[in-house]
Amino acid sequence: MFSPDIKFTRFVLFVNGLVPAVLLAWDAYQRKLGANPIEFATRATGVLTLIFLFVTLAVTPLRHWTGANWLVKLRRQVGLYAFFYGCLHLLTYVWFDKFFGGRAIVEDVYARPFITIGMASFLLLVPLAATSTNAMIKRLGGKRWAKLHKLTYVAAVGGVAHYYMGVKADTTLPLLFAAVLALLLGFRWVRSRMDETPKNATLDIQTRPR
Amino acid sequence: MLIKKPDDIKSSEITDKKLYLTRRNFMRGAALVATTAATSLFYRRFAVPAPPPVKGEKIEGVQATGDGVSVPPNEARTPYEEITNYNNFYEFSTDKAGVAGAARNFVTRPWTIAVEGMVNKPRVFDLDDLLRIAPLEERVYRMRCVERWSMVIPWVGFPLAKLLQQVEPLGAAKYVAFQTLLDPKQMPNQRSRVLPWPYVEGLRLDEALHPLTILASGLYGETLPPQNGAPLRLVVPWKYGFKGIKSIVKITLTDRQPPTTWNISAPDEYGFYSNVNPKVHHPRWSQAKERRIGEFGLRDTLPFNGYGEQVAHLYAGMDLRVNF
Repeated sequence: MFSPDIKFTRFVLFVNGLVPAVLLAWDAYQRKLGANPIEFATRATGVLTLIFLFVTLAVTPLRHWTGANWLVKLRRQVGLYAFFYGCLHLLTYVWFDKFFGGRAIVEDVYARPFITIGMASFLLLVPLAATSTNAMIKRLGGKRWAKLHKLTYVAAVGGVAHYYMGVKADTTLPLLFAAVLALLLGFRWVRSRMDETPKNATLDIQTRPR
Repeated sequence: MLIKKPDDIKSSEITDKKLYLTRRNFMRGAALVATTAATSLFYRRFAVPAPPPVKGEKIEGVQATGDGVSVPPNEARTPYEEITNYNNFYEFSTDKAGVAGAARNFVTRPWTIAVEGMVNKPRVFDLDDLLRIAPLEERVYRMRCVERWSMVIPWVGFPLAKLLQQVEPLGAAKYVAFQTLLDPKQMPNQRSRVLPWPYVEGLRLDEALHPLTILASGLYGETLPPQNGAPLRLVVPWKYGFKGIKSIVKITLTDRQPPTTWNISAPDEYGFYSNVNPKVHHPRWSQAKERRIGEFGLRDTLPFNGYGEQVAHLYAGMDLRVNF
């Protein structure tokens, strides 16, 4: 069974996760983000948040099919990158769109479901990032921690809905994201259904990574 | 299974520790570089494309407009490169930075425009004849997109009223309907179902006859590049940009309010009038402010896009929240 040097793999992941942020900043500095750089940065960071979120959700199915259990050791880092890009996404809105105007933001969150859902999805990521340390996992206990982190599913659904509601007419990309998310969550649903089946049908469960 | 005990391996067969570490470092370096390069390339695929070269031809004999029509010079003109590389023209692409590239080979000659319906003298105009109806003027207008960004564009065109005079609308005509070319071979995104095709727009007859309403054939003194609506487009500066239908092939006078594409697509979001109005918000975003392309901060959006003095009377007594 292949099992890589986790420390080094984490380093590779760390560098790769920074690549989009660095290129985005570099393009901004070079004035190569097009006529409306802020719109581009907002969209790019939003899509990146979803991509990293989806990668964390892909870890469990990948473990199941490949048996590569070491993948789970990389998941926290990917999740934190999702949070990192989510913060950047929120920052482009709070800074460049609202110029830190608290009232305008509250008004937006209150009056526009598109913003409400986006903001709620981001806020769901905050406790997940805050409880990502080993100490917090210990404090919460593995089971409760795992339960809490199921909020990822809600945040991902909300994030995709926010993306869908944000585009004017061309829903191709948001629907593609929705389809991928449906597969990722559908896998879990099917597996939980199989867990509920009577004890004599446990073959599948045994091959599942623990 | 044969497991060699340490004594079995000749010391000469053991890879030197230094060499082993060098090899390992090399592999690691390669892994790092390869993945980083792959991630960069993947990201680059979705980055903003470089603007393709544009070719406009200089239009001779363009007249300057009289005072009070063009935007005052203290509002800077949006640079040509930005006007021609940030376009909403869904027939080519829904990516504003991608329209210029997708529309590069759009053929606009020969081109005819049929003007018909409730008129005394319906006629199919050849584009070049149509452009001789009235002197072409430079009109520097604000353009406010419904998506909250805006530009200042020096159009070249002539009042739509001059064309309508040629065909003599009947007394019963109350509206003007416009239609874009339908040609999926040239406009590839018309194969998608993003919007119902062909794109259609409409104005009330008094709006169409208003002196600010023009048909534009150029910008910055040159013929329109395809992405901006070549060869002929509508410009109604006090309305959201999508009312400015592009690449027009048909104009119909009618007594009924004509259907308009965005209104068909999302009736609760885009009305027939679509006058720029900072107080009537899009359901998904506020219309109180706008980002002028090239500026960092936001500007307050002006009622009727700053043309209220000239056009507000057209809507006297109307509830603009209902007729949005």
